[in-house]
Amino acid sequence: MTGEWLDIGWIDEIPLRGSRVVQVDGGDDIALFRTGDGQVFALRDRCPHQHGRLSQGIVHGATVTCPLHNWRIALASGEAQGEDRGCTPTVPVKLSGGRVLLCRASTLRAAA
Amino acid sequence: MKHDPIEPPAADAREHLIVIGNGMAGCRAVEELLARDPARYRVTIIGAEPLVNYNRIMLSPVLAGEKSFEDIVINDAGWYADNGITLLSGDPVAAIDRAARTVTTRSGLTLAYDRLLIATGSDPFVIPVPGHDLPGVVSFRDMRDVEAMLAAAARGGSAVVIGGGLLGLEAAHGLSLRGMRVTVLHLMPTLMERQLDEAAAWLLKSALEARGQTVLTGADTAAILGDGRVEAVRLKDGTEIAADLVVMAVGIRPAVALARAAGLDVGRGIRVDDHMVTSDPAVLAVGECVEHEGQVYGLVAPLWDMCRALADGLVGTPSGYRPAPTATKLKVAGLDVFSAGDFAVGDGAEDIVLRDASRGIYKRVVVRDDRVVGAVLYGDTADGNWYFDLLKRGESVAPFRDALIFGQAFAAESAPADPRAAVAALSDGAEICGCNGVSKGKVLACIDGGAHGLDAVRAGCKASASCGACTGTVEALLAWRLDGAVETGPKTLCRCTSFGHDDVRREIVAQGMRSIPEVMQRLHWSTPDGCASCRPALNYYLLCALPGDYVDDQQSRFVNERLHANIQKDGTYSVVPRMWGGITSPRELRAIADVVEKYDAPMVKVTGGQRLDIFGIRKEDLPAVWADLNAAGMVSGHAYGKALRTVKTCVGSEWCRFGTQDSTGLGVRIERATWGSWMPHKFKIAVSGCPRNCAEATIKDFGMVCVDSGYELHVGGNGGIKVRATDLLCKVATEREAIEMCAAFIQLYREEARYLERTAPWIERVGLAYVQSRLLPDADARAELAQRFWFSQQFTQDDPWAARAAGAEREHHAPMARFQPQEEMA
Ligand code: SRM
Ligand SMILES: Cc1cc2nc3c(=O)[nH]c(=O)nc-3n(C[C@H](O)[C@H](O)[C@H](O)COP(=O)(O)OP(=O)(O)OC[C@H]3O[C@@H](n4cnc5c(N)ncnc54)[C@H](O)[C@@H]3O)c2cc1C
Ligand code: SF4
Ligand code: FES
Repeated sequence: MTGEWLDIGWIDEIPLRGSRVVQVDGGDDIALFRTGDGQVFALRDRCPHQHGRLSQGIVHGATVTCPLHNWRIALASGEAQGEDRGCTPTVPVKLSGGRVLLCRASTLRAAA
Repeated sequence: MKHDPIEPPAADAREHLIVIGNGMAGCRAVEELLARDPARYRVTIIGAEPLVNYNRIMLSPVLAGEKSFEDIVINDAGWYADNGITLLSGDPVAAIDRAARTVTTRSGLTLAYDRLLIATGSDPFVIPVPGHDLPGVVSFRDMRDVEAMLAAAARGGSAVVIGGGLLGLEAAHGLSLRGMRVTVLHLMPTLMERQLDEAAAWLLKSALEARGQTVLTGADTAAILGDGRVEAVRLKDGTEIAADLVVMAVGIRPAVALARAAGLDVGRGIRVDDHMVTSDPAVLAVGECVEHEGQVYGLVAPLWDMCRALADGLVGTPSGYRPAPTATKLKVAGLDVFSAGDFAVGDGAEDIVLRDASRGIYKRVVVRDDRVVGAVLYGDTADGNWYFDLLKRGESVAPFRDALIFGQAFAAESAPADPRAAVAALSDGAEICGCNGVSKGKVLACIDGGAHGLDAVRAGCKASASCGACTGTVEALLAWRLDGAVETGPKTLCRCTSFGHDDVRREIVAQGMRSIPEVMQRLHWSTPDGCASCRPALNYYLLCALPGDYVDDQQSRFVNERLHANIQKDGTYSVVPRMWGGITSPRELRAIADVVEKYDAPMVKVTGGQRLDIFGIRKEDLPAVWADLNAAGMVSGHAYGKALRTVKTCVGSEWCRFGTQDSTGLGVRIERATWGSWMPHKFKIAVSGCPRNCAEATIKDFGMVCVDSGYELHVGGNGGIKVRATDLLCKVATEREAIEMCAAFIQLYREEARYLERTAPWIERVGLAYVQSRLLPDADARAELAQRFWFSQQFTQDDPWAARAAGAEREHHAPMARFQPQEEMA
């Protein structure tokens, strides 16, 4: 595979208001989220609090609630919301013709 | 055969502009050109359709019988004649020769051009399923398609429309008005998902269903069936739907075949620059067939901008096309739907939602940095253009932000309204609560009578107790009358609503609500799709109210309940199989030991609930682990759920020298009867064989202590954060009575406790006397409660592990993709 973008799959493989992960050998998983209004976001699958798997949280609006201690993380920025402080790295992602494309460089960096 | 190029009349030495495509963009481009310089070019338009230029958008009203073809003609034959335009209609261009600068039509005519404009629009996309080419399968693009649909509708019968976007819904509406039974199949979970959010899509679907259409979402077409003519559509899940007509409206593709064959630069569309010039300077393109900065189009507004830029370029005063946001409206009479811009909430964006259930209205405006970036309106679209205008102008809405959602009329008022002053000005007869017909005077009387909080007002005169739309007004009345000394009532369910748990439950039952989006709409949720607190609660309330009927929303469940295992701090899972009454066997123990070894589980431990817990299982391995445990006869222990957990037992009369009854056997029977049930919180049972109480029955949600003369039944115990010993509910003589009482108690708890309230705090809140009054004096009432529990149990006693092991919801477990950077880089 070459080019700037990695083709991950069809958008509807991610459940609405749900998440799927992309595994990167030797690194953190990347969590792909699909919101109720059909947007896609990608974050490292690590909560800034104690590394909870954000992919396993509940997605509402453009936010995910971490399954471990209920921190709310903004999907677009990776920032913790409300009183909590912390940020998880985002990965550029885009949709093209229903395909989900992840930024290649950032994805590979996740393994570094 | 190829003719020689037709020579221009000798007298006309002007440059010859040939336009391919007699559609909306092609003709508009010519109109723009004529408006700038009518004499500059000699114009020939070649069109595939045997018609003059008409308004394609209006094909929907033609289908619906609201307009005739004559009504939708944009330019009639006179226009071509008056402007000296040659129209060759019904003869599509078959080839372009860029070297010779000629085009050749299907009939063999060859014409020479100086400038060529390609405006071929789009082709409808036809899903290549078996049977897509049967007679009776049509698309919805031009007048011929409409004629085919009208002919089919005249014969009556059933129509299936594949595609629940703008086009599909307009086709379905027209066919339904023409008397056909219409089913809409939509692949995505919600209608018009590119334009609408879930809430608006749900309203739309309900409205279409109320008009008699059948709408199937998540419907994937497998084949179109028929012998010589379409007869039915089959879905991937095997469902077959009878059809005399199938309309495919699943999307469009830019019509680029000609351009590609001519060697022009083509991506998804014909690539053009800001002046609509293709990779060949003598060839221009405009409309849906083009790709500009990677973008292709499917609505007319941007095409008009393109036509202006194109004409400016053609007359030597280039301006350049710049993409602008677009807005969509559904052209279905009586259904007002509007959407514009970006309504997905991203970084720093904020949602403002207004719902008015009694009038069927949903409005959502998305604001980022005090600027409108998107809007979705349903039911009342009067302010659509105003929002769209604010969006395009990108002006700050800060001065009237609080009133923005109420529309232009409100927001435009210069002074920001003081809500207290506003309610003070109302007359006593003014209606405050439309649902319950409560006037301002009645609300004030209620407040003066001692109702000093929202809840008290709701209880006293019912104002704002049904849909909640007038909550703000009631609060303003309270604040004004009591000069701010308002009592705050019990907590609302969460910050998405002004209602508490009990109100929500009551209204779900009273109004017969059936889905989460419906509850959110009818009860005026202030967020588009709730939050991590209210979604699981609503999911539970609905499934409790509609046993066997409600389809569980997996995405509204906490991860443990979604994955049927307990998430651990490192992201792995623990797995606890059910051990009925704490009893196990060599076969079960062997299966557990095998799983521990096979999946390298780092730990297996005996739990406080008398079972074995296997730790450190990877999400991907869960289905395989479950398959192995299932094979030994074990099912999910629901150690993860707001559900029945364990039934702890002691050895009882079978072995123990003090045992009075078969506590082990009873525990097993109780667990077999109650497992699988979803509850407001976790629910634990224990059965002890004598008052020594080795199973710790007096700190369980339901505890049974066997005595010589029968069974003492205890409720509301908790061993957790705050220890609470049980209250004695009653004593019964037989095992049968004990089991019935247990079922009745569980059902009362299921129906009346708030989500995440265990039995201990619930009983402290409502009182033991209340619980006894519901369960003891009236045997029929008790039997009914128990009956409702048994009824709902028949739908839940399916092992969720078995379903997953067999492949259900595989996507919860498998990664979507995997990358191996080393290989990648090598
Ligand atoms: C595994 C187990 C501990 C053990 O190894 O013994 C356990 C483990 C957990 N308990 Fe427990 N509880 C376990 C028996 C108990 C018991 C004893 C019992 O059931 O007899 C209690 C006290 C009795 C009671 O519930 O009244 C108990 C009271 C709690 C509480 C406090 C509940 C309360 O109402 O105050 C929590 C927290 C909660 O539910 O919010 C909790 C929560 C948890 C969670 C689910 C914490 C979490 O949210 O992740 C732990 C999950 C670990 C895992 O991955 O399996 N666990 N927990 C026991 C599983 C029993 C089983 O076979 O299913
Ligand atoms: C039923 C319906 C409802 C719609 N409703 C709306 C709406 O509400 N709002 C909105 O903004 N948009 C709507 N649209 C979309 C809108 O009609 C299109 O965006 C617009 O018509 C595109 O203009 P165009 O000139 O690019 O293509 P067209 O209007 O399709 O014109 C292209 C023309 O080129 C002809 N052609 C193709 N190939 C050749 C060839 N080789 N030689 C000669 N001629 C050729 C075609 O026959 C066609 O007549 C609707 C479309 C349909 C079908
Ligand atoms: S007592 Fe606390 S640490 Fe131990 S299992 Fe229960 S929740 Fe976890
Ligand atoms: S790890 Fe996410 S909230 Fe604690």
